[in-house]
Amino acid sequence: MKSTFKNMFLSLTLISLFAAAALAAVYNVTKEPIEQSKTAKKQSAIKEVLPEFARLDEPERVKTDVLPDSLSVYRAYDSANRFVGAAVESSANGFGGEIKIMVGFDVEGKIVNYSVLEQKETPGLGTQIIDWFKPQTNQDKSLAEKLLRFEVKSEARNSSVIGKNPAKDKLTVSKDKGDIDAITAATISSRAFLEAVRNAYAAYAGNTDYKPDAESGASMRN
Amino acid sequence: MFLNGIVGENPTFVLLLGMCPTLGTTTSALNGFGMGLATAFVLICSNIVVSLLKNLIPDKVRIPAYIVVIATFVTIVEMLMQGYVPALYESLGLFIPLIVVNCIVLGRAEAFAAKNGVFRSLLDGAGMGLGFTFALTLLGAIRELLGTGKVFSLSIYPESYGILIMALAPGAFFALGYLIAVVNKISKK
Repeated sequence: MKSTFKNMFLSLTLISLFAAAALAAVYNVTKEPIEQSKTAKKQSAIKEVLPEFARLDEPERVKTDVLPDSLSVYRAYDSANRFVGAAVESSANGFGGEIKIMVGFDVEGKIVNYSVLEQKETPGLGTQIIDWFKPQTNQDKSLAEKLLRFEVKSEARNSSVIGKNPAKDKLTVSKDKGDIDAITAATISSRAFLEAVRNAYAAYAGNTDYKPDAESGASMRN
Repeated sequence: MFLNGIVGENPTFVLLLGMCPTLGTTTSALNGFGMGLATAFVLICSNIVVSLLKNLIPDKVRIPAYIVVIATFVTIVEMLMQGYVPALYESLGLFIPLIVVNCIVLGRAEAFAAKNGVFRSLLDGAGMGLGFTFALTLLGAIRELLGTGKVFSLSIYPESYGILIMALAPGAFFALGYLIAVVNKISKK
């Protein structure tokens, strides 16, 4: 088709208008599922990192002295309305961008579990933060092991943060004289992850009148 | 017509188009498959629309017009994936919006859909899209197998025997190079 100013102007305007209308329609349809999938992820992360609970408080924004931003703390109570622990949404700068995690602490300040909400680490290396800091479990046997009947034992490592108390244990990588073995070839991601855990603990301890008490272990008022 | 995109003119192995997502997203078979399908969807839709509009668009502004059409479909795919397959959306990340500048999509719009009818354009889009999906899935599967000992997350051999570099960026070049060599060898016969 021959180009004149009029038909160029008209065709581009019309195409853009239709495109905008189509996008608006799809946006309206997908808005809710996108929101839902985001909250569902957060909810399931909170469930995963806390002991059994019956009621969850609205998140409280807690400011710590270690971070410029405040962190969200979700306090949980059991059916008798006793405080059972809190989940803290925390973050730190990793190798490829921000690492966002949810960490759960029990009443004594011990880490119950953690869950990685968002990360952009190197696939195969830094992405291992997702389960590296959990206790080693026996993985499913691979097909070759089943067929040829042999077994490969993975090397034991001291990398779990579950059950550790950031007030007593040194949650830094062993390279920095800490207690935790870093991921092979992903020290920066490991450091960032542990920093996020320590920040979460600072928010937890600052929020809940919790003082690490040498005599009685730990006490918590609520 | 349909087979052309899958075998004879496979966009990845023969035309060597769209290398950026090919190398970037094929860390696992599932990622490659998801990326391939997203691109195929955009390719089919934009081919149909471009062939419908081909007589209404003035020559001088055809490229901007095609880009608007393609970008619209890419954004639609992005929103749909974010809403319904959030896990895949997260692992593909930045590569979804980059489908806009994938030269396969614009290339087929300009070289094929702008000169052919709707049905033929649809077939061409589907063939090219499936060819791309097949190539990305194969590449992803090979890298996943060599790198982590798994295919589609099914463990084939112990992960500690995996060659880590195959899951990283250089592994994409190694695997793609050998795949193209094999394809050339077969197609010369």
